[in-house]
Amino acid sequence: MTQTVLWLAQRVTAAILAVCVVVHLATIIYAVQGGLTAAEILGRTRGNTAWLVFYAVFVAAAAIHAPIGLRAVLGEWLKWRGIWREVFLVFFAYTLLWFGLQAVIGVFG
Amino acid sequence: MSQWVAHVHRLSGVALALFLPLHFWALGNALQLDSFLAWTEQPLVKLGEWAIVVALAAHLGGGLRVLALEFLPLLDWQKSLAAVAAALTLAVGLALALSL
Repeated sequence: MTQTVLWLAQRVTAAILAVCVVVHLATIIYAVQGGLTAAEILGRTRGNTAWLVFYAVFVAAAAIHAPIGLRAVLGEWLKWRGIWREVFLVFFAYTLLWFGLQAVIGVFG
Repeated sequence: MSQWVAHVHRLSGVALALFLPLHFWALGNALQLDSFLAWTEQPLVKLGEWAIVVALAAHLGGGLRVLALEFLPLLDWQKSLAAVAAALTLAVGLALALSL
């Protein structure tokens, strides 16, 4: 049951992230041309609700996707499989969500 | 080739998982962004940025390959999918290198 839910969550978030990453990569390649300054970035981003929602969804999907991916790596590479692995991964998920949303608010809020 | 793409997919995933908390923390402190951006002008940091963006493209390519293998009936396409993933990574790497 848990394995199935995690597998499904990983695929659903992967599909969402695929779209987000394509947009993010295009934005990066566009934005870095001619260098970056804080004023230039924040002037474009601050108060932009559409991008705020886009990046909030991106962060939420990544906060689910990364811990599930790490779960397999920790199990296969480090043989770490007990309850503390799950505790660590839940903590990691919330850390990503918290700092990610702080970043989204800082840049787009 | 498929084996290689699978390895790169996993390694790039680990790299991105390690990078994300730092990325979010740096962006969350946007008010100090200029001093941070000055720090990122160093050649080694630029190389690191380039590598993490290429890792993102590689993970995207590898992930699309996994989704296609699992959800589309493409049994004979394994090699082509791996090639597409590699090509996507190369294209993003070149585009970013030219833009930096």
